[in-house]
This record gives sequence, C-alpha cells and structure tokens, in this order.
Amino acid sequence: MTLRRLGFASAVVMISAWVLLPIMLIALAAFSPRDVLYQWPRPLWPSTFTLDTFLFFAGSSGVLAATWNSVVVAGLTIALSFAIAAPTGYALARYRFAGRDAANLAILGTKMFPATVLSIPLAVTFLRWGLYDTLLGVAIVHTALSIPFVVVIVTSIFAGVAFELEEAAMTLGCSRAQAFLRIALPMALPGLAAAGIFTFVLSWNEVFASTILTLDNRTLPALVLSSVSGAGAPLHYRFAGGFFMVIPALVIIFLIRRYLLSLWGVTVR
Amino acid sequence: MARISLDRLWKRFGKVVAVRDLTLEIADGELLVVLGPSGCGKTTALRAIAGLDRPDAGRIRIGDRDVTEVPPGQRGIAMVFQSYAVFPHMRVYDNVVFGLRMRGVDAAEQRRRAQEVASLLEIGELLDRYPAQLSGGQRQRVAVARAIVVRPEVLLMDEPLSNLDALLRLHMRAELKRLHREVESTIVYVTHDQVEALSLGDRIAVMKEGALVQCDTPTRVYHEPASVFVGSFIGSPPMNFLAGRLASTDGEIGVRVGDHVLAVPSSYRRTLAARGDAEVLLGVRPEAIAVRDGGPLAGSVMVVEPLGSHHLLTVTVAGARVKVMMDGGDAPQPGQTVTLAPDPARVRFMDPRTGLAIAAA
Repeated sequence: MTLRRLGFASAVVMISAWVLLPIMLIALAAFSPRDVLYQWPRPLWPSTFTLDTFLFFAGSSGVLAATWNSVVVAGLTIALSFAIAAPTGYALARYRFAGRDAANLAILGTKMFPATVLSIPLAVTFLRWGLYDTLLGVAIVHTALSIPFVVVIVTSIFAGVAFELEEAAMTLGCSRAQAFLRIALPMALPGLAAAGIFTFVLSWNEVFASTILTLDNRTLPALVLSSVSGAGAPLHYRFAGGFFMVIPALVIIFLIRRYLLSLWGVTVR
Repeated sequence: MARISLDRLWKRFGKVVAVRDLTLEIADGELLVVLGPSGCGKTTALRAIAGLDRPDAGRIRIGDRDVTEVPPGQRGIAMVFQSYAVFPHMRVYDNVVFGLRMRGVDAAEQRRRAQEVASLLEIGELLDRYPAQLSGGQRQRVAVARAIVVRPEVLLMDEPLSNLDALLRLHMRAELKRLHREVESTIVYVTHDQVEALSLGDRIAVMKEGALVQCDTPTRVYHEPASVFVGSFIGSPPMNFLAGRLASTDGEIGVRVGDHVLAVPSSYRRTLAARGDAEVLLGVRPEAIAVRDGGPLAGSVMVVEPLGSHHLLTVTVAGARVKVMMDGGDAPQPGQTVTLAPDPARVRFMDPRTGLAIAAA
C-alpha cells in the first residue's frame, strides 16, 4: 500500500517538476541582474533580484505595441469565433439534421492541418487580398484554429442544458428565440465565459501563424520569436520576454481552472 | 376552462407509430387521466396538445379554436413536466411569475397572484430560495404553482407524481384532487399508475400501443373493461380470465370451465346464445369471487397471502391460476380444495380471439 502511494507521489512530483521547472528557471532568470545571467556556471538561485532586466524588456522598442496587437487580435478572435461557433454549437446540440455527424467530423477534421504548414500559402493569399500584415488577417487564422474547440465546448454546454427547460418556457409564452435568450443562454454563460477565456489564451500564445503573417504589426509572440531567432537579442531580453508572455496564460488558467473541469465533460452539479 | 378535441391524430417518430388515429373529446373543466403502460403514446398525445410536437395528421381544438398550427405559448395551456423543469438560475418567485411576466402582467398583479398560488400550494416560505435548495416534492409544487398562476384554460400534467416517494405521492394525490376543485381549468393528466388514474380522474382514457382502448368513468373502466388488456391493467390484483366454452344444456346456456359448468347471467343470454358453442374468456375480479360451499367452481389452494384486512388466495381452477380475495379471519390452508362462486353480476365475457369484451344485451 505504501509502495503504491510512494509511486503515486513520485509520479505527481515528476509531472509537476516537468511543468514547473522550465517556468521557474525562466522566472528566476527574468528577475536576475544582467551580469548574473552571463556568469558561468550560472548560479541556480541568483544572489540578487532585480527588475532591471524585466523593465529593459518592457521598454524595448515595439514591445508595448506588440502587446497591444496581441490583445486586439485575441479580442477579434473571440468575437469572430463566437459569432460563428456558438450558433453552430447550439444547432449541433439541439437539432437532428441530415449531415450532422459529417459536419461534426468536418469541423474537427480541420484540426488535422498544422497551422505552420497552412500559414505559408495563407500568407500568399493574404498578400493578394491585402490582408497581409494586418491584425484582422491574424485574427482570421486564429479564429479558424479556435472554432473546432469552441464548437465542441458550446455543443457540450447546450447538450447539458435540458431542452425541457426551454420547452417549459415556450409553454409559458416564450417564442423559440426568447426561450433561448432567457433560459438557455444564462445557464450556459459560465461555460461560455470559460470558452472565451480559453480562446483568448489560444490566440495570445499562437506564434507561428502570427510570425509568418505579420511584418510590422507584430503580435507579442511573433516579436519575441523574431528577435530570438533574428539578430541575436541579449540573453536577458529573451528570458524576460519569455516570462512576460507566460504570465497572462498562467494567471488566467489558474483563475478559471474550476470551469475547465466542467468544460471537459466532468459536470459538477 | 375549455373543451379539448383531438381529431384523428397521428404521430410517427421514424418508423415507430407513437400515436395512432387518436380521437378524443375532453369536456370543459373535467380532469381526464390518460393511462397506459410505457410507450403507449400518452406523453406524445399530451405534447401534441401542448404544441411541443407537431402531429403528422389530425387536428387539435381547444375551446372554439383550431390550435394545430398555433405555438405552445398562445394555446392557453400550461404544462407540468415529469422532471418539473423548474428554471435553476432563477429564484422560486421568479419561476412562479415567469409566465405572467411573459404576458405583460403588471408587477403588483404578479405579486398578488403569486401569493395566492403560494398559499394554495404551501410554498410561501420558499419564494426567495433557488431550486437547487429545494427537495423534489417542493420543486414539484413550484412547477405546479408556475403552471396554475397563469390561469390556463387547459392544465397539462405529465406524470407529476412519479418521481416522488410513496408517502408523498399519496399526500399529493389528495392535494391535486383538491386543486382541481379550486382551479378552473380542464386538466389532462398522464400517468402509468392505475391507482392514481382511478383516484383522480373524472374519466380515464386507456391507451395501448398508440391507440385509445377505452375512455370511461373510473367505475365503468373498472367494472366494465372493454378488453382483456383493460381488465388486466386496471385493478390490483388484475382481473382473472378463465378460458371456457359455451355449452347449451336443456335450452339453458352455460359456460364450461374445465369440468365445471357455470350459469350465464341473464344480461348476457341473448348475445352469447348467438355464439353457439364458441370459446369465451370469463373475466371476474378477485373480490367478486366468494369462497362458498357448493360453489360452481372447484380448485385447490396454492398460496394464501394474509394482507391484514383480507386474504389474497391463489387457487388453481381447471389448470389456471385464479386470484381470490376473501375477508380476513379464517383462511383455507394451502393444498385444501375449495369451491368458488363468482358473482354473476360482476362477470364479464371476452372474445378470446380479439381480446375485446362481448357486449351484454
């Protein structure tokens, strides 16, 4: 019995370490002074902590603008993907129609195409359409990437809202649409909010498509990637940049972790 | 209050025929119980009256209006669902006045009617709570309150008591009967429980496999079942059916059951005489058979179940098992031979081929 618990505990420790170690290393490095970073061997725990590295990054040219771009793209992605995927999810959950399973499969099938591979032909197409190097173009690609997730989430949310409740509303004088707005939507709101936040994180972290599709109007991941792979940015800049990008995702997912459980089908009554 | 009239309703789900050529007239203000086993089409018929399912053929009238094309919210109906369907994200008060709010009733009138209904259903202290904080029985009363507060012409109830425990069910049955007197609506009540049907209904519409089998007062459905199915479904324990053959001795018609011959009651003489020596089923309820010396049927007692106020005997007669109810007190022993005398006034004859009752003259 104790052997089992020991095995379980060590598995937990290993998995946590696998996830936390890189984040910790980056965090520590992001708050170490520049000269500490260039020491060899580099101490695991820096002697002094400083905000200089971080501020250097934040103040670097283009960082604040890129951050703003990321926010705009994420916002557009949420708006577009919800406009398309939320009604789709409702329809798939409520109606039985010919081609329903095929539609489901097709939507999930788009996930088979890696964004990296698609981005290059997309860049060519966007150049033709005048969408290259625009935030809207990036948002469109992010929307395409997030729609399958949002559809699946919204479908399962509305499948979990008993149709009888909307029927009861209809017998009390609601039209189909009113029953949806007054009964189904309020009940689905927590799940929809979590889906929205998930979409935000997806868009915020997306790096490949945004790198290929932007030149001057970079999003933050694109900026950091191009500066890392491009003309050698200083080491502390890269660590600070990496940490800066990880923070929003970490914080948000920490806050909505309870809703993520219900998103993935484990209903908490 | 309104009359309801269902005219030749058909409803199919894929290949399954849920409701088959249903024609039914429900009188103004009556409480009609639609009774039948699972899958007989009773809930489908109710949902068709509500407007939640479109029938494939047939018309539905409520009052003077043909409502077949009218959406549920405009038919003058209110429905209590089997799962209650109380809105979980609203307080009980908001649930109850939801229908009034949708119809634009002003807030003061909403409050007045809500209080009225809350005291009728004893949910006054629950108005501020959320449904998740209520017990099943309380939620059921909220569902009923929400339905009757709009003063519908027609109140539809889909097995409202089946999710309650036995004691609560007994209590709510009496409450619903009281409610029917207070509320001026025609009530259509769906259930599979024949005791509920007998207790509550002004009339009972018995359905089987999508078709209406009999629609009559509880007394008639109980004492004059239209078929073997109705006789077996209604009454606990169900009606006994003995296989017999008509025989004519000295001009007197009798029924031969095994080795015994029973006289045919005078009300049946003419209709049975026309059948020559056909096979018939003799239907008689357990409480209509007396254990009496010199009775026309003889059998051996298999089981004696003492049920307090009476005994339930299982007697083998001519190879068939017959249930007999006798008063508490001295009961025969298993293995004993007894003679039984069915009450001729309570005997019903059925055609063994069709399962339908043979009409008395």
